[in-house]
Amino acid sequence: MKRSIAVLVGVLLFGAARVPAEHALFTNRAQRHLVAVALDLSLREQIGQLGFIAALSGFRAIVADLLFIQAHVAWERTEWSRVLLLFGQVTSLQPHSILFWDIAAWHMAWNASAAALHNPAQPREALRIRAQREYFDLGRDFLERGIQNNPDNPKLYEALGRLYREKYKDHARASEFFAKAAEKPGAPSYVKRFALYELSYCEGREREAYDRLLRLYQSSENERLPTLIGRLKYLEEQLNIAPDQRIPDQTR
Amino acid sequence: MNARFFSLGRVRAIGSNTFTELTRLRVFYVFLLFALLLIGSSVVMARLSFQQEFQVLKDISLGAISIFTSLLAILATARMLPQDIEDRTVYTILAKPVARSEYLVGKLAGVLVLLAISTAVMAALFFAALYIREQSALAETMRQMSAAPPEQVADALREIRDSTFHADLLAGIAAIFIKAAVLASLTLFISTFASSNIFTVVVAVVVYFIGHLQGTAREFWLQEQGAGWFTRIFLACVALLFPDLQLFNLNDQVVAGATIPPAQFVETALLGCFYVAIYLPLSVAVFARKEL
Repeated sequence: MKRSIAVLVGVLLFGAARVPAEHALFTNRAQRHLVAVALDLSLREQIGQLGFIAALSGFRAIVADLLFIQAHVAWERTEWSRVLLLFGQVTSLQPHSILFWDIAAWHMAWNASAAALHNPAQPREALRIRAQREYFDLGRDFLERGIQNNPDNPKLYEALGRLYREKYKDHARASEFFAKAAEKPGAPSYVKRFALYELSYCEGREREAYDRLLRLYQSSENERLPTLIGRLKYLEEQLNIAPDQRIPDQTR
Repeated sequence: MNARFFSLGRVRAIGSNTFTELTRLRVFYVFLLFALLLIGSSVVMARLSFQQEFQVLKDISLGAISIFTSLLAILATARMLPQDIEDRTVYTILAKPVARSEYLVGKLAGVLVLLAISTAVMAALFFAALYIREQSALAETMRQMSAAPPEQVADALREIRDSTFHADLLAGIAAIFIKAAVLASLTLFISTFASSNIFTVVVAVVVYFIGHLQGTAREFWLQEQGAGWFTRIFLACVALLFPDLQLFNLNDQVVAGATIPPAQFVETALLGCFYVAIYLPLSVAVFARKEL
């Protein structure tokens, strides 16, 4: 009996010694967004008891992958509600996987929205367009939540910029998100150009777009790409730039 | 250190003998075969686009390595003491000038060597599968983009390479081994006071599950001041009695593409060593007075 109590006391003392170290390590990881978010009961209802236990036992990545494969199958069958449900679960399980947020948004904003617009079961065009807009919003929601979970990754900002550009035709917002992507470490070089291209389409901001595009044009020979030159030429016309201040016609 | 009290030679002899005993057990080959099959099948399961394929392949392979290494750690360690008592080997060994601490350290060392070799074999197969798929994706991309400008081809190839091998994978696999080492030392501790092999396995599996939730309980205990006293005592018991195994689970972050800073990996490794360094003396303390 005495020995059991001594061992229990030893275990508790060991616990008291290690809990501060564990807490410090946990806090450090949380600050770096390296801690998996807690699983809630709504997810338990969705993924079933076995999946939930597996996720709790350190196998949430595998559970997320299996659900992702199911979502892929649902996409092939164009079961959009199921795709939405499964991607909701996948991103809840693996919120730090950029790929899942990106693919989920792409399915909603590109694939499901196109399917909704051409839905033969809905004769009223207004309702088809409304359904299409709702899928755009679902795609945007995935990307915004992905950014909340991964604020330092440029890919989701870029994807959101692309969504605003191609689906909402909102050039100002597209420019804003491409610019945010360009500020993040590891961002591809083209997003900076994309931000300025989108800015050049914004009414009332032509001068700002021209000045910044010209600076980029002058910064390096490598930046003198056909689209950039095309946008500069367009803005030169719009702003009535003096002929001697315009860029040469044959640059590349 | 007094050679009569603690001899590394005797520990090595017991360790190598334990390792040989464990390698003769067919059940562990079956485990290893299952793990290798699972890693191999992940290649088939992951036939989506290449980026998704690599993520699924890495998730399933690392998950398989983790679960089989953990199972191996628990089952191999749980059977050691009861088996030696049943076979009366322990009496033969301890009748010689071998300290009980040497006996336990040797036993644990044997299991750790087995775990290290199993992890290395599984990791080698995983890397081979990843390499083969990477080469296949590179060849396919080069064929598809044969007419594209060289910069675009280089970008596409770089993206494939970035999504396959990176140094953090090694950190993730090392963390799996560290977690298995912690589980082995914990199972050894349980087996010193357990009455049977089954009891040790069941308790170790329960600790494994609770260990993955310990972090949640601990943070709630430390941060939630509004909870009732009963809840707080319960959470404190969970936090103090059980190890935080979730801290050794770096794979989710590694596969998601997050970088594991070296300092963080070193902290995790040190925490693992700390666990082993505490559970081992506790095991020795209990085993020293155990009536055999």
